[in-house]
Amino acid sequence: MNSTVQFQNVRKCYGHNEVLKGISFDVPKGSVVALIGQSGSGKSTALRCINGLEEIHGGELYVCGRALHEKNCDITALRLQVGIVFQSYNLFPHLTVEKNITLAPRKVKRTAPKEARELAAHVLSQVGLADKAGEYPDQLSGGQQQRVAIARSLAMQPELMLFDEVTSALDPQITGEVLKVIEGLAKDGMTMVLVTHEMGFASAVADQIIYMREGVVWEAGDGNLLKHPSTPELQQFISNGL
Amino acid sequence: MIMGVTSGQWFFILQGAGWTLILSLLGFVGGTVVGLPVAVFGTSNSRVLRILTGGYVKLIQGIPLPVVMFICYFGISIAGYDLPALVAAGIAMTLYSSAFLGEIWRGCIEAIPKTQWEASESLALGKIQVLTSVILPQAFRVAIPPTVGFLVQIVKNTSYAVVIGFFDLTYSSRVINNSTFKPFVIFTAAALIYFAMCYPLSVLSYRLERKLKRHSRL
Repeated sequence: MNSTVQFQNVRKCYGHNEVLKGISFDVPKGSVVALIGQSGSGKSTALRCINGLEEIHGGELYVCGRALHEKNCDITALRLQVGIVFQSYNLFPHLTVEKNITLAPRKVKRTAPKEARELAAHVLSQVGLADKAGEYPDQLSGGQQQRVAIARSLAMQPELMLFDEVTSALDPQITGEVLKVIEGLAKDGMTMVLVTHEMGFASAVADQIIYMREGVVWEAGDGNLLKHPSTPELQQFISNGL
Repeated sequence: MIMGVTSGQWFFILQGAGWTLILSLLGFVGGTVVGLPVAVFGTSNSRVLRILTGGYVKLIQGIPLPVVMFICYFGISIAGYDLPALVAAGIAMTLYSSAFLGEIWRGCIEAIPKTQWEASESLALGKIQVLTSVILPQAFRVAIPPTVGFLVQIVKNTSYAVVIGFFDLTYSSRVINNSTFKPFVIFTAAALIYFAMCYPLSVLSYRLERKLKRHSRL
């Protein structure tokens, strides 16, 4: 199987409210997939299913060769292979930037302290924050915090990275610094799934764009999808500038 | 003689105050040891654990402390163990403070945003690792002011141990009052001594709360 992520008719409900009504798509290894759509379209839910933050109620979901729809799926092992970055950064406020990054490698992978520090220095330079290791999250700007969150995920050396509206909480002027980091990862061949409202960015960086609406994949295509939408709903979505 | 009370009698009252401090300490240490699991289990995903700890908290909170003291003192001696009043009072204070501290701390743990759990579990940390490395250190900071504030309640409520004949500040004051017949002097003095123990704690709690508000690094 060449796909890192494979959705096959995946369903998900909150009570009686079905938020994913049987969605299917593939994320080939080394590719970037952007999920777009209005709030409530199910795109964030779909993303959160990929690392087991949300349970699925029907269909099949394969991630990094694991079958998430099966009861005995080892979610913790899966999460070693999948990194996620959230809209609200979710850094650990009581720990320095360096400790934020080294916590999981040290506790989960039993990395030695010295190696862990070197690892932190490496991923921090990757996101352009080599000089911030000793600071606390609340001493950093939003854009810097989000880049630390990306570095924290990278330190676990994941095969797949998920981004859940990572620039939505940022000022327009500083979304660029975060997007640049993600672009760099794409160039390095990282497999990524991102939920985003940045249409220009999605077109530039994604190999595949998936427009979700009312819990289904409404329309999908390559980076040019947004230039030539075929459904009226997507045309309207784009013209609304959302 | 100070105000019609001999220095030996004053010393006797102060001895009682010493035992009040010892019982307070027992109550706080015991309350912490038992209260921490109560707090953690109270936030557990397991319904059974939540119901058990919730039941424990409501049971203890629903019984007046003097009655808990009686149950510990007489109940355990009926079971065939003859306990010194200090041990019985220590157990009663442990039950009492573990229920209240457990409830205070449960609130502090729940005050930490759920997203902190999500972020840590997404990094493949296990439940216990998340709790010890991420949640409890943050909850600890939130918990300091209300915990120090509750210490005041512990100190004051040790006075209920007088019902099982435990020698504390209330007990020693009563003994001296019985021999001097100066209730106003004796019990005002006792009140001042209790106040001297509690006031620093109240001030500390207030200061910690303000300090914590200034540093939003929760």
